[in-house]
Parts: sequence; structure tokens; C-alpha cells
Amino acid sequence: MLEATDVVVEFGRARAVDGVNLSVAPGEIVALVGESGCGKTTLARTLLGLEKPRSGNVSYEGRPLSYSGRALRAFRRQVQLVLQDPTGSLNPRHTVYEAVAEGPRIHKLPDEEAVVTSALARAGLRPPERFFLRYPHELSGGQRQRVVIAGALALDPKILIADEPVASLDASIRGEILALLLRLRDDLGLGALVVTHDLGLAWNIADRVAVMYLGRIVESGRTEDVLTNPQHPYTQALLSVLPESPERIILTGEPPDPTQIPSGCRFHPRCQLVAAGNGIDACHSTPLPVLPATTDPQVACHVVQALQAASS
Amino acid sequence: MMLELDDLSVTYQLAGGDVPAVRGVSLSLAAGEAVGLAGESGSGKSTVALSLLRLLPRTARIEGRILLDGEDVVAMNWGRMRAVRWSSASIVFQGAQHGLNPVRRIGEQIAEPLLVHRLASPTQARARVAELLEQVGLPGWRARSYPHELSGGQRQRVMIAMALACSPQLIIADEPTTALDLMVQAQVLSLIRELIASHGISLLMISHDLSVLADVCDRLAIMYAGRLVETGPAGSAFRHPYSQALSAAFPTVGDPASRLAPRGLAGDPPDPQSLPGGCSFHPRCPVALDSCATTPVDLRPAGSHRHAACVLVEETC
Repeated sequence: MLEATDVVVEFGRARAVDGVNLSVAPGEIVALVGESGCGKTTLARTLLGLEKPRSGNVSYEGRPLSYSGRALRAFRRQVQLVLQDPTGSLNPRHTVYEAVAEGPRIHKLPDEEAVVTSALARAGLRPPERFFLRYPHELSGGQRQRVVIAGALALDPKILIADEPVASLDASIRGEILALLLRLRDDLGLGALVVTHDLGLAWNIADRVAVMYLGRIVESGRTEDVLTNPQHPYTQALLSVLPESPERIILTGEPPDPTQIPSGCRFHPRCQLVAAGNGIDACHSTPLPVLPATTDPQVACHVVQALQAASS
Repeated sequence: MMLELDDLSVTYQLAGGDVPAVRGVSLSLAAGEAVGLAGESGSGKSTVALSLLRLLPRTARIEGRILLDGEDVVAMNWGRMRAVRWSSASIVFQGAQHGLNPVRRIGEQIAEPLLVHRLASPTQARARVAELLEQVGLPGWRARSYPHELSGGQRQRVMIAMALACSPQLIIADEPTTALDLMVQAQVLSLIRELIASHGISLLMISHDLSVLADVCDRLAIMYAGRLVETGPAGSAFRHPYSQALSAAFPTVGDPASRLAPRGLAGDPPDPQSLPGGCSFHPRCPVALDSCATTPVDLRPAGSHRHAACVLVEETC
């Protein structure tokens, strides 16, 4: 299991991640959703050991990550990254075989050809041998993304971290790549953290959803609960602007600035409840505690918490 | 009709041979109507957009007719064409980062078409810029800002203000919200909806995202491999198997049918230089008949105000 505990990541004065607890277990797909600048990509990079948290820690199978070269290399066999744009993440001068063999070579795996063949097959490029000598420009966008996924699978990881894995793909191909991620979860017991701004994608493949706003997770829980019965006003607003939604809550303003995190609840300056006069004093004055890394449904909102307290 | 495409074909004449990007598209847009043109990359949708104002590279050969408010764009001389750009029809591109000059203040850039077309004096242009910024929801002092001082959503608003500057009757918007976040996209779409309604402007909006188009447009047209495969009112169900697959690729959150069941299409869009015979979609079509591989199919009636290029729609209609 991969787990972030109270992770804070800073770049200069910007607190990109401002206290996050999040876990991903093998065999589950967790969608981390939010707008650009909310810190979701920084959190994903931190979970991969590419950023070192200012405080808090990342642990894998209960052991905190060590940032020495050798320990990180061992960790990266278990947790692999899949990037958004397959054209940018493949070297145009490398054949498919070389692209997929790169990881196994770095990790000095025996039987390189067998490893590459099996990885390509698992990524749905069949028969694998037919793709060995192809170059990225000879492949379609969907095939390129499969090569990137095969490169990650070659090391037999337990967890994939995928940053917008279908954002640059055509609509008709998108479904095939998402189906591949689901199949890898079912057949290989692979876990995945999928970073995305696309709620439809989360609905398509995620077991759990965590919604991030300005460096914090503001709501998380089972996908069905979070996406069909959202509790946090920010999640409600995000879902309300989907085309199928009957009533829109269009938040004004831009995604906020991580160098100036508002006091009280960090969402209060854009919150539709506060704007409508339905906030409470705590919204302006009292910061919310960091949500724990449990799989139970949870919401960081004073109003929701006050309602829950009143009804129990 | 505000815009009428009559059997429009565009072929890129490249060193490696002719690439037919658009193959016989006929489509019309009434005054005040909003039509969405959807398709994947390589479907020809952006080529259609660029051909309307003759913004295509020199290698492109246009056949057929493009009537803008009754006047044939293909036959216009350059002087007339320049006058028509901006003032009769203007275009909003995707990727607002690249559409703006990074070293000029946005006020100057919005005023430029007004001054070039001598529609306003410099003083009038300044007042018009302030008015336009207000219409797109930006404060007037933003006229003095440079593009890098604005967020992606604000830059897209500036692009819309530029498109509105000369009071065109038609706006062509090519993927206007593609690079934007969900909430900012919702803001920009609601702005576009308000502006076309209040100014009575016609809109041709191009996107790969059917849900975005259905949100703003009255009518949708779906392109595949350079041809229209379906046209019909937004909000009623698609009949062509390709449109249905494209639509299913954008799941409805909350719909049990798409939960843990992403849907796509096997295979890839065809290479325009080696298009399959018969119906271009047949190699990927889940319901293709043997005859689809050999017999091309044109748009045919497929229900109320709907046309689809599929032999199967006739049988069930």
C-alpha cells in the first residue's frame, strides 16, 4: 500500500500541497480530481518520490520512503508513472522495443525480450513482436499510450500513478485505454492513482474519488457516493457544471493562488453557501483539520460538519 | 442563410500525394443559429473552420461553394476577403496562449481590427475596447495588461472580445474551451451562450467534445474521415453508430450503464491518404453489413430533422 501522511510540499512561498493524507492499495483505482493548480500533480509526484515533502511522509508497505538513490530505485519498480502525453514521453528515435526495455535494463532484469513481449501483450499490443521495431511516429495516439503503459508494466509494478492518462487522446480511443486500466486492476491486481480533472473518467473507472482544492483534499469516499451525492460545496459545484446537470453552480473567479491561502476554510471566498449567506462564522475564522487517510466518506466543510453534529 | 456550405471539399496537395481532408460537406446555418461540428482529430472539422475565412495554407485546394450571407467566399478577391474577416465573420481559436501577441497590451490587440478596418477612430476604439471587456466579464483596466498577466480563462475571454470587436454576424469558435479547467470552461461557455443570444450572432462551434457542443448549440453535425455522418437537433438521440460511440465515450456521471464500463471504439480513425472503400467507418463499425465495405452511403433522412449516413437507419426509420 502506498500512503501519504500529512504531506506538505512547498515551492518558495507556494504551498502546493498543504497537508494531505491519501492511500492507494493494490487492486483499487483512486481518482484524484481537481482543477489545475490545486496541487494534484505535485501530490502525485511526491507519491512517486520525485518531490520531497517539506513535512509529513510517503510510505510504501508501511515503510517511509528513503530518498537515497538505491532505495528509490527499488521503490520505483513497485510504483510506476504513466504520463499524459504519449508523444512527449516517448523518444522519437527509440523503437517500441527499446522504449519498453529501458526500465528492465536500468533494473537489470533477466530475460529482457520475454519481459518486453509480456508487457506489450498486457498493454494490448498484440502480437507484441509486430511492434518491436516500430517507431512512435508509425503508431496511432492510442497505440503510443499503450507503449507508455507497457513501459510501466515491464517492471511488474504494484501501483501505477497516471497523470491525465487519456487527456490527449481522441474520444473513441479514450474508452479503450480506460478499459485497459480496469483490466489491469482485475487481472493483475494493480492499484492506480489516476490524476484527472475529468469527472466522467472517475465515474468510468475509479473505486474511490478524492477531490482536491488548493492543496488539500476536501472530500473523499466511494465513487458512487462522492459523484452522485456530493457533500462538499466545491464538489457540488464541479458536478453541477457537467452538461447533464439540471442546475448550474458556476463559481466566480479563478482557481486560487497557493501563495495566499485564505484564512478559515480555504474555499470560503468562492463558496456558494457563504455567498448565499448560508455559511457559519467558522467558515471565515476556523481552519479545517486535515482529513484522515481512511476509505470512509469524509468532508472538510464546517457547514456539513455542523449539520452532521446536529443530526446525530 | 447566414452560412451555407455546398458540397465543400478541401484537398491538401502535399509532396507525398493528395490528402482529402474534407469530402463533400453540405451544411447550413441560419441567422442566430448555433451549430456544433464534432469529430476527432483528422476528421476535417478544423479544416472546415479554416476554409470559411480562407485561412488554409496554399497547398489546400477548395472545391464546392461557401456562401457567407449569400456571397461566395471562394470567389472573393483578397480585398473583399480581408473586409469580410472580422467584420462579417470572426474566428476564436483554441489555445488562447498562442492567439495573442505576448509583447502587446491586450487593449491594443482588441482595437487592432477596428483600426485596420477603419471602423473607429483611436478614441472611439478605446471606448469600444472598454465596452467589449465589460461584455466578456473583464474589468476595463485589463486593457493595459499583457497576455502573461492573465489566466487561461481570462485570455480566452480576451479572444472572444477580439472576435466581437467588429460586430460580426457569425462567430466560428474552434475548440474554444479545450485547454480550460472544468469551472473556467463553464464560465466561458455561459459567456458564449449569453453573447450569441443577446447579439443575435450565429455560431459555428467546433469541438471533439460532444457534451460541450450540446451545451451551447441548437444543432449538431458529426464528421468522420472528412464527411458528415450525421446532423440533427442537439438533445435528441444519435442514430449513426459512430455518433453513438462518440457520445458514449463521454459518460454521464451517475449513469449505472457507464459505471466501471468505459466505452470506446476499437481501431483508429483512418488515414486520409488511404481511406477504406464503401462507408469509411465500416472497419470500426460494430454493426456493419457486408455491403458497407463496398457501397458508399450518403446522408439520408433518419427521423425528425435528422440525417445520418448509414444504411441501417433507413430500415428502422
